[in-house]
Amino acid sequence: MRILFVIAWLLLSVPAWAHKPSDSYLSLSVQNDHVEGQWDIALRDLADAIGLDGDGNGQLTWGEVRNKHDEIVAYALSRLAVSADAHTCATQVQEQLIDHHTDGAYSILRFRSDCGRHIERLMVDYRLLFDTDAQHKGLLRLTQGGQTSTAIFSQESPSQTFSLAKRSRWIESMQFIREGLWHIWLGYDHVLFLLALLLPAVMVRVADRWQAATHLSSVCWNVVGIVTAFTLAHSLTLSLAAFDIVRLPSRLVESSIAASVVLAGIGNLYPTMLSRRWMVAFGFGLIHGFGFAAVLTDLGLPHDSLLLSLVSFNIGVEIGQLAIVAAFLPMAYLIRQSWSYPRLILTGGSLAVVAIALVWFTERAFNLQLFPL
Amino acid sequence: MIRLRSLIVLALLGWFILSLSDRAASEPYRPTDDAQVLERLTFKSADPVARELAMLRSSVRQNPHSLDSAVQLATRYIEQGRSEGDPRFLGQAQAVLSPWWNEPSPPSAVLLLRATIRQNAHEFDQALTDLDQVVAIQPTNAQAWLSKASILQVQARYDEASRACQRLARLAASHVMLGCLSDIDGVTGQSAKSRELLRQALSKPALSGRERIWIATILAETAARTGAIREAEQYFNDAFMVGIKDQYLLGVYADFLLDQRRYQEVISLLQSETRPDGLLLRLALAEQALDLSSFQTHTAELAARFAAARDRGTIVHVREEARFTLALLHDAKRALPLARANWNVQREPADARILLESALADHNLPAAQPVLDWMKRNRVEDFHLQQLARQLQEARF
Repeated sequence: MRILFVIAWLLLSVPAWAHKPSDSYLSLSVQNDHVEGQWDIALRDLADAIGLDGDGNGQLTWGEVRNKHDEIVAYALSRLAVSADAHTCATQVQEQLIDHHTDGAYSILRFRSDCGRHIERLMVDYRLLFDTDAQHKGLLRLTQGGQTSTAIFSQESPSQTFSLAKRSRWIESMQFIREGLWHIWLGYDHVLFLLALLLPAVMVRVADRWQAATHLSSVCWNVVGIVTAFTLAHSLTLSLAAFDIVRLPSRLVESSIAASVVLAGIGNLYPTMLSRRWMVAFGFGLIHGFGFAAVLTDLGLPHDSLLLSLVSFNIGVEIGQLAIVAAFLPMAYLIRQSWSYPRLILTGGSLAVVAIALVWFTERAFNLQLFPL
Repeated sequence: MIRLRSLIVLALLGWFILSLSDRAASEPYRPTDDAQVLERLTFKSADPVARELAMLRSSVRQNPHSLDSAVQLATRYIEQGRSEGDPRFLGQAQAVLSPWWNEPSPPSAVLLLRATIRQNAHEFDQALTDLDQVVAIQPTNAQAWLSKASILQVQARYDEASRACQRLARLAASHVMLGCLSDIDGVTGQSAKSRELLRQALSKPALSGRERIWIATILAETAARTGAIREAEQYFNDAFMVGIKDQYLLGVYADFLLDQRRYQEVISLLQSETRPDGLLLRLALAEQALDLSSFQTHTAELAARFAAARDRGTIVHVREEARFTLALLHDAKRALPLARANWNVQREPADARILLESALADHNLPAAQPVLDWMKRNRVEDFHLQQLARQLQEARF
């Protein structure tokens, strides 16, 4: 008792703790009739709850965590219930990854809860760790129809209901347009792909050499062809994915997008390889569409306005794309006759594109992080 | 045109250069190596503490309503939380006490622990209610009086705090009451007499290590407040000589060094103490003063931690956040409301100081008024606070 004596006094004056209290991060994105979720649970918490340290040496290795994957799933799912209008949704964990928050490593559970009906009222019952750590909290990020809301689960409020009320169609559609626009600007891979295709648009091949194009109209038709083909292709696959007709694993999609950028860059250096650029744009556009679909899924698709959100998002993507063309084309057209265009901009630019995209490809295909972008 | 081979060479070169940059895990990933260490736990399974906790836990599991086992385990958790600096242990202690937690008047052993957990969450009034219940049933419970005194002191209710300390006279060893009283006197300008007695107490060989640190730290802080730098240094030294790592001691000593611009010493003191937010904050302050590059990464790290704390809706680190916002982000506009909110909860010299500094930086004299009143009313003896108060009154905004 004597130790606690002084401790009680000193507890007041701890200069802030060495750790954060226990939190988990739950993201739910409401789709038409199901919920896509990600749940980040601290490895330290899982170690306390179900014991992860197989060899008892005080260090958790990936091997130890991997061995316990089934137990982690069983433990976590027994403490989370998602239901739609009093109808329990069936939850399945799809993959388990690792991530780091400010206070250490977390186990990432990606899951899908199938509710078998349109979700109008979503009820989430969260009971993780409350029995062993009364100060644990679950921080929820709920996305639906492009809008995000947050909530906190605690021992006092473990169960919360979210009514996915009708929102203004106009606001919602503006939201999706903005998201589409941002996505193309911030998703450097799409910008780079487009630029790689556009770089040679102001030139023509004459006798195996680049020459400046003479007519603006031919340049424009060339660009229109490329952009239209890209748009048609990605709209097609974006729709297929959004309506859940085709689904591809994200790692495959993301790696292929990176590969498409590499090939587009190489194509500029070896123009004989890729003579019809609009066909290239169409072919690879199909892949990029699946990439857009992943973003759209993260935004949470409202069931009652799936088509509207899809179209709005796509409009945003096209506006963003046209802005890039509008910024690039006049400049390229003006300097196309200079000595530097074919050498510095076309060749140098394409080399840079290839180099960057190779890094992306390696990162995505082999699941490495080489370069913080 | 370039040949294929040189293209490949160039591309590989670019790939190599880009890949040299730091790994920054921003996305969830699947590790490729089974041996990769992801996390270090507090205990190995063979640690004596881990074994003891496991034993206590199993006895609670067998009989969750046994008061004795629950109190024993919760006490052990709280001690562990203090020495590891890990608030998870407090949540675990609370969970162990859950059969009694929501009762209006649980047994006094539970009340004491509940008060400790509540005071840690800065729920001071609720904690005081619990402690008042304990002393009503057991007027001789020294622990309750000491806890009560410490909360009252943080709330700047010095008379009540002193009265609570005096109740310890015949209930505990004399140095406990002395420490309790002189910590209060040290703020309110009457430190001379109790300091003398405390100095004698420090020479007693019977003190436990933690008690020795506690007393030496009070003496050092009091000396530092009156500007007796050499004396303070001596007591800090006494406290460090005990050889038990103490976060509070590290924090106040770092502040002492920062005040004297001994930045290099702060860095050697705290270099390996980047986990506690409060210590990382002081390290970053020293790095800022010396213009070191690590200052950028540490500031970003702190910003992320404060954001994470805000996300969970707790308001425990406001003092540190105010200091971070003012001294590292140089944003007086945002620091001032934080410092004011903090002053409404806790009123120690450090809380007064950050509010005065924020008010001065934001040219807002009225915001500082509550602290100036507090200083006057209690005749606060603190050389830095008096200096700041003078600056505030002389400045014409």
